[in-house]
Amino acid sequence: MSDLPDAARQGPKPTGRLEEAEVVAPSRWKTIWDADISYSFRQSPVAMGAAFVTLVMVLAAVFAPLVATTNPFDPSSLNLMNGFSAPGVPNAFTGETFFLGTDDQGRDVWSTILYGLRISLFVGAMAVAFAMILGITLGLLAGYLGGWTETIIMRVADVQLTFPSILVALLIFGVARGVIPIEYRDQMAIWVLIIAIGLSDWVQFARVVRGATLVEKNKEYVQAARLIGRKPGAIMLRHILPNVLSPVLVIATISLALAIIAEATLSFLGVGAPPTQPSLGTLIRIGQDFLFSGEWWILFFPACTLLALALSVNLLGDWLRDALNPRLR
Amino acid sequence: MTTPVLELKNLTVDIPTRFGTLRPVDDVSWSIDAGEILGVVGESGAGKSMTGNAVIGLLDSPAHISGGQVLLEGERIDRLKLSDMRRIRGKRIGMVFQDPLTSLNPLLTIGEQLSETILRHLDVSNAEADARAIRGLDEVGIPSAKNRMGAYPHEFSGGMRQRVVIALALCAEPTLLIADEPTTALDVSVQAQITALLKRLCRERGMAAMLVTHDMGVIAETADRVAVMYAGRLAEIGPVSQIVGQPRHPYTDGLMASTPAASAGQARLRQIPGAMPRLGKLPDGCAFHPRCPFVQDKCRHDPGPKVGIADDRAACWFPLDAQEDVA
Amino acid sequence: MLAYIIRRIFQSIIVLLAVGLVAFSMFRFVGDPIEQLLGQERTVQDVERLREALGLNDPFPVQYATFLGRAATGDFGISYRQSRPVAEIIAERAPATLELAFVSGFLALTVGIGLGVFTAIRRDGWAANAIMSLSLVGVSLPTFLIGILLIYVFGVQLRWLPTFGRGDVVDLGWWTTGFLTTSGLKSLILPSITLGLFQMTLIMRLVRSEMLEVLRQDYIRFARARGLSAKSVNFRHALKNTMVPVITVTGLQLGAIIAFAIITETVFQWPGVGLLFINAVQFVDIPVMAAYLMLISVMFVMINLLVDILYVWVDPRLRIDGRHT
Repeated sequence: MSDLPDAARQGPKPTGRLEEAEVVAPSRWKTIWDADISYSFRQSPVAMGAAFVTLVMVLAAVFAPLVATTNPFDPSSLNLMNGFSAPGVPNAFTGETFFLGTDDQGRDVWSTILYGLRISLFVGAMAVAFAMILGITLGLLAGYLGGWTETIIMRVADVQLTFPSILVALLIFGVARGVIPIEYRDQMAIWVLIIAIGLSDWVQFARVVRGATLVEKNKEYVQAARLIGRKPGAIMLRHILPNVLSPVLVIATISLALAIIAEATLSFLGVGAPPTQPSLGTLIRIGQDFLFSGEWWILFFPACTLLALALSVNLLGDWLRDALNPRLR
Repeated sequence: MTTPVLELKNLTVDIPTRFGTLRPVDDVSWSIDAGEILGVVGESGAGKSMTGNAVIGLLDSPAHISGGQVLLEGERIDRLKLSDMRRIRGKRIGMVFQDPLTSLNPLLTIGEQLSETILRHLDVSNAEADARAIRGLDEVGIPSAKNRMGAYPHEFSGGMRQRVVIALALCAEPTLLIADEPTTALDVSVQAQITALLKRLCRERGMAAMLVTHDMGVIAETADRVAVMYAGRLAEIGPVSQIVGQPRHPYTDGLMASTPAASAGQARLRQIPGAMPRLGKLPDGCAFHPRCPFVQDKCRHDPGPKVGIADDRAACWFPLDAQEDVA
Repeated sequence: MLAYIIRRIFQSIIVLLAVGLVAFSMFRFVGDPIEQLLGQERTVQDVERLREALGLNDPFPVQYATFLGRAATGDFGISYRQSRPVAEIIAERAPATLELAFVSGFLALTVGIGLGVFTAIRRDGWAANAIMSLSLVGVSLPTFLIGILLIYVFGVQLRWLPTFGRGDVVDLGWWTTGFLTTSGLKSLILPSITLGLFQMTLIMRLVRSEMLEVLRQDYIRFARARGLSAKSVNFRHALKNTMVPVITVTGLQLGAIIAFAIITETVFQWPGVGLLFINAVQFVDIPVMAAYLMLISVMFVMINLLVDILYVWVDPRLRIDGRHT
C-alpha cells in the first residue's frame, strides 16, 4: 500500500502532524516485537503470567525424573512406613520429611504430582495433536472435494457435535475396553485415552478448516494454481492450509485445556489412566478418599496443580483468541 | 439575524491510538439555517460521517469531541449528559443511516418501532401514537400504510425500507435531519425517489438537513449549500451553484471534473492523481498539496487558511479564480 | 414453516437411526454376548441354540431392524452385570437424574442469561470484569473439583448440607421425587450447583459475546439515534436479537447437562442413570451402555426439535407465510 504519492516524497520530509515511527527497513526481531500480537502480549500481564506458569509446568513435566525426589513408580524406593506424612512434618516412624507430604503408600506427593503432570500433559497434547490432524485432514477434504465426501463428513460432525465430548470419549473408552483383552487393558489405557479424547474433539478443527477452505478455494490464485495443473494435495497444503493456521492455533490452545480437563475427568471417574500410571485426575480420585479423614494434602496439591495448569492454558487461549480477532474484544 | 438550527464552531474529533492521536475531524465550522439543506461531500475517510456522528453524540469510543462547540438552535449540546442527549436524539435531531437493510430491528414490526419512538418523545396516548405512525408512513409514501404497521422489516424492499427509516427518523418532528449516505446502498432507480422525498420533507416542514454523501449528483439536485471536506478539514463551502459551477479549491475542482453529472459535456473525466493520505500520515502544510496540480512552496509548509462561517471561501492559499487572474 | 419442521423431524429420524446403528454395532460386535450369557460351561449345542434364539444367525439388516423394533418398545435386553432387564433398571434410576438436571438447568439458564446481559451492558465496569475473570476460573475448574470443593466446605467443614445420595424420597409409584421432603431438597443443593455451574458460565459467556455483537449492529445505533432509553435499547432491541443465536446453543447445553450428570452423580454418589452408565463402562456392560446412548440421543433430538420450533417462534424472518413481498 503506498501511503503517499510521489510528490510528497520529493517535497520536504512528510513527518506528519502526529507522532509516527520513522519508516526504516526494520530488522526481523523488530518486526516480531512490533507485531500486534506481541504488543498485545506485552500489554497483558495475565497472558504473560499464564505463559510463564504453562512453561514452568511443561518444563517440570519434561524433566520430572530430574526434579522429583523419588520415582513413585519404582516399588523399591517406597517405604510403607512413610505413609500419610503431613507436609513438612518429619514422619513419626522414619523421621523423613516430605515437603508436600506422602500418600497412603508412602509415595512422595511432590514426585507423584510431577509424574502425574507428565501423563496429563502427554495425554492432553497427544489427544489435541490427533484431533488436529484428523480435523484438518477431514476439513480440507470436505471443503476442497465437496459433494458426497463433504456431506458425509459434515453430517457425522454435526451429529457428534450434538453430544458432549465427555460422553463420546466415555463411549469410545467403553467400547475399547470391550475390544481389548483384559490383560492388556492397563497397558493400553493411556493410548485408548488419547484416541478417545482426540476422536471426541476433531469436529471443531474440521469445521473451521472447511469454512476457510470454501473461501480460499474460489480465490483467483487457487484457481490459477489449479489451471496450471498443481495437484489438489499440493494446493491444499501450500495455499489453503496457511490461511487457517491462526484459528487452528486458537482452537488447539483451548482444546488443550479441555483435553487436560477431559483426561482428568475420565481418570477421576476411574476409566482413565490406571493407578500404576496415575495422572493428576487419578491422584485426585485417590486423594478424595482421604478428604474426610483429614489427610487433605493428598488431594489438595494435585488439585491445585491441575487447576493452575487448566487455568493457564485457558487464559492463554482466551488471550490468543482476542489478540488474533480484535473485533471480539 | 435568526439563530441557525445547527452551528458548528471549530469542531474537532480525536481518536487516541497506540501510535498517537488521529484527528478525523479538524477544526470544522459551519451553520445550517431552518429549511436549508447542507450537502457534505468528500472521499471516504474525509470525516463526513464522523462529523454527523459527533453532532448527534454517537461517536464510538475512543473517538471523542476534543475541541469546539456544537450548537443546536443556539444551545450547546456537545457537553450534555447522556440522559439529556437521549431526549434530543430523535426528538430534535433525526438521523438516517446508509443501509436500510440493517437499520431496522428485524424482530419488531415497523409499527412497534414507530410507536415506541413517538411514545418516547411525545406525550400522547397509544392510539394517538399509532395514528401518527400511520400518518408518518403515509407521508413517506408507503402504500396502504395502515395495513403495513404489523409488517416486519424483511417484508419490505430496500427502497421501501429506507422510506420506513426516514419515517422513523422524522416521527417525533425534529428540526434537524442528519442523513448519512441515505441513498448509497440503494438501487439507482430508487435513489432519485428517496432524494426527492428528503427534499420535499425538508421544504414542507422547514427542517434543516445535513446530507452526507459522496455522490455529487445527489448534491447538485438536493443541496442549497455544499461543504467539501478533505482529510478531516473543511476545504470549501458555498452555495451549490458556486461549488458546482465555479469551484475555488483545486480539490473541489478535481472532484467536480471527476463526476459525470457535474462535468457534462466534458470529453473525458479527469482523475485526481494519488489518494487521500491516511489520517496518521498527513503531510505538512495543506493536506492536499501532494495531489494538487497548482502546488507552490507555501502550500508545503503552511496549512491552508481557515474557512469561516461565511460562504464562498476556500481553504486554499491560491484559490482558482485568483490563479486565473495571475495566469 | 410446516415444511421446515417436517424436514427437521425427518433429519432427526436419520440421526436416531445412525445412533441406533452405533448402539447396535456395540451390542453385536463388542464382547461376545454368548460368552457373557452362558459362562464357561457350555456345549456347542447350547451356543447354537442361543445364537438362534438371539437371532444372531439372521442377516445384519434383519438383526438391526429387530434391535430397533425392540428399542422402540423399550426393550434393551438384559444387563450383563445385574441380570435384570435394562429398561427396568433405567426406569428406576431416571427420576433422580431428571430432577437433578431440571434444577441445574433452571439455575444455569436464569443466572447465566442474567449475568451475561449484565456483563455485556456494563462491559468495562469492575463488577463485570470480576465476573468475567471468575467465569474463566469456572470454565477451567473441572466439574469434579467443584463438587469436591463444595463437599469439603459445606459438608465436611461447615456440616450444613448432605454430601451424598438423594436424601428421603417420596415414591409416587411411577416416579420417586426428592422435591417433597426437606432432606431431599437439601440433598439437591450441592449437586445441582456443581452440575449447573459449568453450563451457567458457558451460557453467560455466550450471551455476553452475542449481546456485544448485537450492540454493534446498525439497528441498535439507529435505535440510539432515535433517542430510545437505555432500558429499551438493551432489553427490547438488543436482548431479543441476542436470544436468536443463544437459543440453539443453550438448548444443546441443557441436553448436555443430562450427560454431564455422569460426573456429578459419581462425586455425590447420586443414584441416577449417570452413575449406572459409569459402572457399565467400567464393567463393559454393553446393553446398559447401548440403552443409555439411545435414550440420551432421543432426548437430544427432542430438545433440538424444540429449539428449532422456538427459533421460528422468536424470529419472524423464518415464518414464511405468504405475506412476503
